[in-house]
Amino acid sequence: MDLFEATAQALVLLAVFDPALWEIIGISFRVSLTAICIAIPPALLAAFLLAHLEFPGRRVLISLFNTLLSLPAVVIGLTVYLMLSRQGPLGDWQLLFTRSAMVIAQIMLAFPILVSMSHAAFQAADQRAWETARTLGIPSPQAFVMVVGEVRFGLLAAVLAGFGRIIAEVGASMMVGGNILHFTRNIPTAIALETSMGNFAQGIALGIVLLIIAFALNLSLQYFQGRGKLSL
Amino acid sequence: MEIFIRRCAAVGVALAVLLAVHISAQQAHGGGKLVRLATTTSTDNSGLIDHLAPQFERDTGYSLQVIAVGTGKALQLGKRGDVDVILVHAPTSEARFVADGHGVHRHVVMENDFIVVGPRDDPAKLGGAKSAADAFARLVKGKSRAVKFVSRGDDSGTHKKEMTLWRDAGVEPAWSGRFEVGQGMGKSLQIAEELQAYLLIDRGTWIFLRDQTTLEVVFQGDPSLGNPYGVIAVSPKRAPVNFGGAKAFIDWLTSKRGQRAIGDYTVAGTRLFTPMAGH
Repeated sequence: MDLFEATAQALVLLAVFDPALWEIIGISFRVSLTAICIAIPPALLAAFLLAHLEFPGRRVLISLFNTLLSLPAVVIGLTVYLMLSRQGPLGDWQLLFTRSAMVIAQIMLAFPILVSMSHAAFQAADQRAWETARTLGIPSPQAFVMVVGEVRFGLLAAVLAGFGRIIAEVGASMMVGGNILHFTRNIPTAIALETSMGNFAQGIALGIVLLIIAFALNLSLQYFQGRGKLSL
Repeated sequence: MEIFIRRCAAVGVALAVLLAVHISAQQAHGGGKLVRLATTTSTDNSGLIDHLAPQFERDTGYSLQVIAVGTGKALQLGKRGDVDVILVHAPTSEARFVADGHGVHRHVVMENDFIVVGPRDDPAKLGGAKSAADAFARLVKGKSRAVKFVSRGDDSGTHKKEMTLWRDAGVEPAWSGRFEVGQGMGKSLQIAEELQAYLLIDRGTWIFLRDQTTLEVVFQGDPSLGNPYGVIAVSPKRAPVNFGGAKAFIDWLTSKRGQRAIGDYTVAGTRLFTPMAGH
């Protein structure tokens, strides 16, 4: 089958709302959105503390997070697998091969990116914003929110990069999710499976979906950044 | 700052609760009616499991979750208690699995056979081979780069079988034309197609995927190419598995209904697996 034919078939599957296809898309987004939502608050806080707090080992910690960026997803998958396996320390939770296991793995994948990029954003911001706010007697939580608002574009970029990594990630999802139909088969693991079975149209269809949705996401963020004005 | 940190801790606890709720919602979903089956890519890629699962679920009320991996990995998942039942094709490893106390209630439920597929011009002349041992010896004979062979190389049932066949042929499978690809059956066939290489493949996957390739069957029919599939329940003594569910799956698969369902499954008019429980 040539590429053109496969792509055409893919668009048809999308357009007729092929239920099998859309179920997989749903699972992907459910898992990755849950993971990114859980990962954002602690990651922002960690990034903020790394940027504003002086403590011994701070630089080592920053380097550590930057190093974790290059950790392959399968290694995270393997780690989570060994933790959650019934023989593992958290085996009693019986979470292996569930969407929750995928959420946990994706949180671990997204966390270093979120911390590293948010830290850079906080670092680039004027350090005096926080100090001034505190001097004026504004309580820490409000001051934190202020600084976050100050660097929101940088943070948004961090969130997008993090989400981009986990929505497209195959190794960890395969390992801890098991690629179970109707339960843990998400877009990337489905692409891997369809490709191995020679169903290239299904694989390409899922790839296109991923692209379209990523594009829509980026476009809407552009919109918010332009405060209501859509400038193309 | 202290209050700030304390509040952040509170937020952290709230998030942990959120995750816990997410988790418990998921567990309520499964319960004791969920059976986890680790099986090989050959039964899953050939469409057999998709054919059997709905019938099993309808007959017994259990719901079946399928994890398709190589035989080696499937046995490993069983050893760790991460699945309830396994359906694989490596008799020696299966026997050891049971002997080591990891599994019980092993039954041979069906079989198909392995075949060797290869390029149409058949450079190693496997078409004239008198036995499987002869065929595999012919592959190595010239140690020629023009004779390519794709090996699964992933400790799957097919890979184990291939290694046994080299050993039986009395040859060392080491020449520059042999590629260990470490992929599933379908992917390996695609690679063999691109390289125009020989490949050991189970007949079920071959029938299911043969339309996608220009390769042809070059050797088949030797008794040593038999490929029996065994089902084993993971021992409940080692891990808190769903033993009742595993037993129900085995009972169903070996029953008349299950055996008929296996025999009924055809692709393009050809039966892929021969039921053989009780043999």
